[in-house]
Amino acid sequence: MENLLEIKNLHATIDGKEILKGINLTIKAGEVHAIMGPNGSGKSTLSNVLVGHPAYTVTEGEIIYKGKNLLELSPEDRSHEGLFLSFQYPVEIPGVSITNFMRAAINAKREYLGQEPMNATEFLKMMREKRAMVNLDSKLANRSVNEGFSGGEKKRNEIFQMAMLEPTLSILDETDSGLDIDALRIVAEGVNKLKREDTSSIVITHYQRLLDYIKPDIVHILYKGKIVKTAGPELVMELEERGYDWIKNEN
Amino acid sequence: MKKKNNILKKLANKAYEFGFVSKIKTEIIESGLNEDIIRLISKKKNEPEWLLEFRLTAYRHWLTLQMPTWAHLNIPPIDYQAISYYADPLKKNKENSNKEIDPELMKTFEKLGIPLEERLALSGTAVDAVMDSVSVKTTFKEELKEKGIIFCSMSEAVQEYPDLVRKYLGSVVNYRDNFFAALNTAVFSDGSFVYIPKGVRCPMELSTYFRINAANTGQFERTLIVADDNSYVSYLEGCTAPMRDENQLHAAIVEIIVNDNAEVKYSTVQNWYPGDAEGKGGVYNFVTKRGDCRGRNSKLSWTQVETGSAITWKYPSCVLRGDNSQGEFYSVALTNNYQQADTGTKMIHLGKNTRSTIISKGISAGKSQNSYRGLVRVSKNADGARNYSQCDSLLLGNECGAHTFPYMDIHNNSAVIEHEATTSKISEEQLFYCNQRGIGTEEAIGLIVNGYAKEVLNKLPMEFAIEAQKLLSVSLEGAVG
Repeated sequence: MENLLEIKNLHATIDGKEILKGINLTIKAGEVHAIMGPNGSGKSTLSNVLVGHPAYTVTEGEIIYKGKNLLELSPEDRSHEGLFLSFQYPVEIPGVSITNFMRAAINAKREYLGQEPMNATEFLKMMREKRAMVNLDSKLANRSVNEGFSGGEKKRNEIFQMAMLEPTLSILDETDSGLDIDALRIVAEGVNKLKREDTSSIVITHYQRLLDYIKPDIVHILYKGKIVKTAGPELVMELEERGYDWIKNEN
Repeated sequence: MKKKNNILKKLANKAYEFGFVSKIKTEIIESGLNEDIIRLISKKKNEPEWLLEFRLTAYRHWLTLQMPTWAHLNIPPIDYQAISYYADPLKKNKENSNKEIDPELMKTFEKLGIPLEERLALSGTAVDAVMDSVSVKTTFKEELKEKGIIFCSMSEAVQEYPDLVRKYLGSVVNYRDNFFAALNTAVFSDGSFVYIPKGVRCPMELSTYFRINAANTGQFERTLIVADDNSYVSYLEGCTAPMRDENQLHAAIVEIIVNDNAEVKYSTVQNWYPGDAEGKGGVYNFVTKRGDCRGRNSKLSWTQVETGSAITWKYPSCVLRGDNSQGEFYSVALTNNYQQADTGTKMIHLGKNTRSTIISKGISAGKSQNSYRGLVRVSKNADGARNYSQCDSLLLGNECGAHTFPYMDIHNNSAVIEHEATTSKISEEQLFYCNQRGIGTEEAIGLIVNGYAKEVLNKLPMEFAIEAQKLLSVSLEGAVG
């Protein structure tokens, strides 16, 4: 299998403080990777750096995505190239309906790919189909992006947008946080439905419970800005039993 | 990678699409302001004696006044003697002394998207095109006349309908009203006159397009709209000016009279040249707009989208005199770079069961200052008056300012007054969220700003609304780094 993403010796800072201290990670097409770790280990920093959040500065290392130097691409172009982040805390955008928002997103991507804008009928049909896929209420789709949404609704809206944009590599950043068990199941089912042989995911989580629904192929433990352990799905159970202390003690 | 907080830095010249100068032979009178100049303007326009007296009275009163300083504006001193008060782009034909239209002038309006040949005109819109001090052409005049509707330039109205003009001119905005009203009354040159007779629903949108072209001149137009009983009209106003390093003065008066059961919708898309990114140049806009809802059940709606002029001082107002009359004010005011706007409305409730609605949306970017100033007054006899006001401010960046000055003056206990105000900011996180979904920063700002202004934009006639949406996006170009 081909490498979709290769991270080599990645160092990154925020406000001058080094958070990532030499990450190495390779993801092949079709794989699901879980990244676990205690709070403050750099999990969210890694996802933000991958999508090009301007608050973070890469000081060393490289990221190759689909054979391209990812760090040279703007956040928009990374999105057009199939990179998607399901935000841990999705922001509200008052006054902008989900419909208008998605239309702008889809047409920006089509423009990047040299395609004509999607016509209204086709677009609305797509909205309906994808909404059904993630059980998103049609009323929500007419509201402003995330405005007044509950925690569960926000996360479902993230997965809906993921369905619309059909990413090649999706990053789920603590998608389980703030969700009750039913919402968690619905979100996870959505993610599983969207999975294809040529798409990959990075599932970032603190707990094992999301991984009961989304089965990872490979599990990494991130601690103090480095990946300190990589193994198969059995590592999830081990963490569940032993907690993170043994990792902390070993490092 | 960019540094934190870099996304929302202001700067850069925004694209002003209408900044060109037309080479048109224009007759400009010498600069300066005195009684002789006023007599000269009046003579050029072949005005009756009463109108000259009307001007001179206003001028003498103006001499006693000082420029108002209460607005939240920093206005550099204006030398009223350095301005020319009359610029006429129509050339005289020597043979028959009729004025004819320079083809360059027609081209200018075409370039502005306002074709003056009726066969090219936007369907359903009649236009009065005013350049500098003179109305160039009014389209569809004849068709409208068949329904008894008068739509012509103010100069023509003075000649053709002197009784109507004399009856209504100055009856809503008296020359004693304020400094700029006195100045305008003394030197006003042209503008539009509209009369909708009883029971007539105007079949097309009427519009006036104001263009300042000549340098070192001021534009002082006067618009008078009379909607008689049971009539309806929708009126649009658009304005642009060339990019010049010097400031240009625009001081207009708009008066509207609304009789029993009549309705007037007045929409403005104001796009005067706002000055460059360093705050150099631009139009100073000091305008008095007021409607008098004299009739029972009369209704007046003001809708304005303001993106232009370096300084805006403008408060389109409604005097709700007739019982059950209604006033509305919907406004989007956008300021960028060094622009300053102090704008809002006055709702004066005099009649019983009068209602007013105020929706104001301010958008500030760059180093601009944007103020909403509004007055809701309910007089002693105005039983059952209601007002709803909503004043929102949206900030882009950290160097701009938004201010809200709502005044309430309530003399009747039965009044129901509601006021809501919010201030919000486009955050880095919102923009990044859009970026992650593939939407570029400028487009994202356009989406957010248009979403924010939606309530007001929806009040505009369709074609105007689309223009206004584009204008809001363009005016913020360069508001982000």
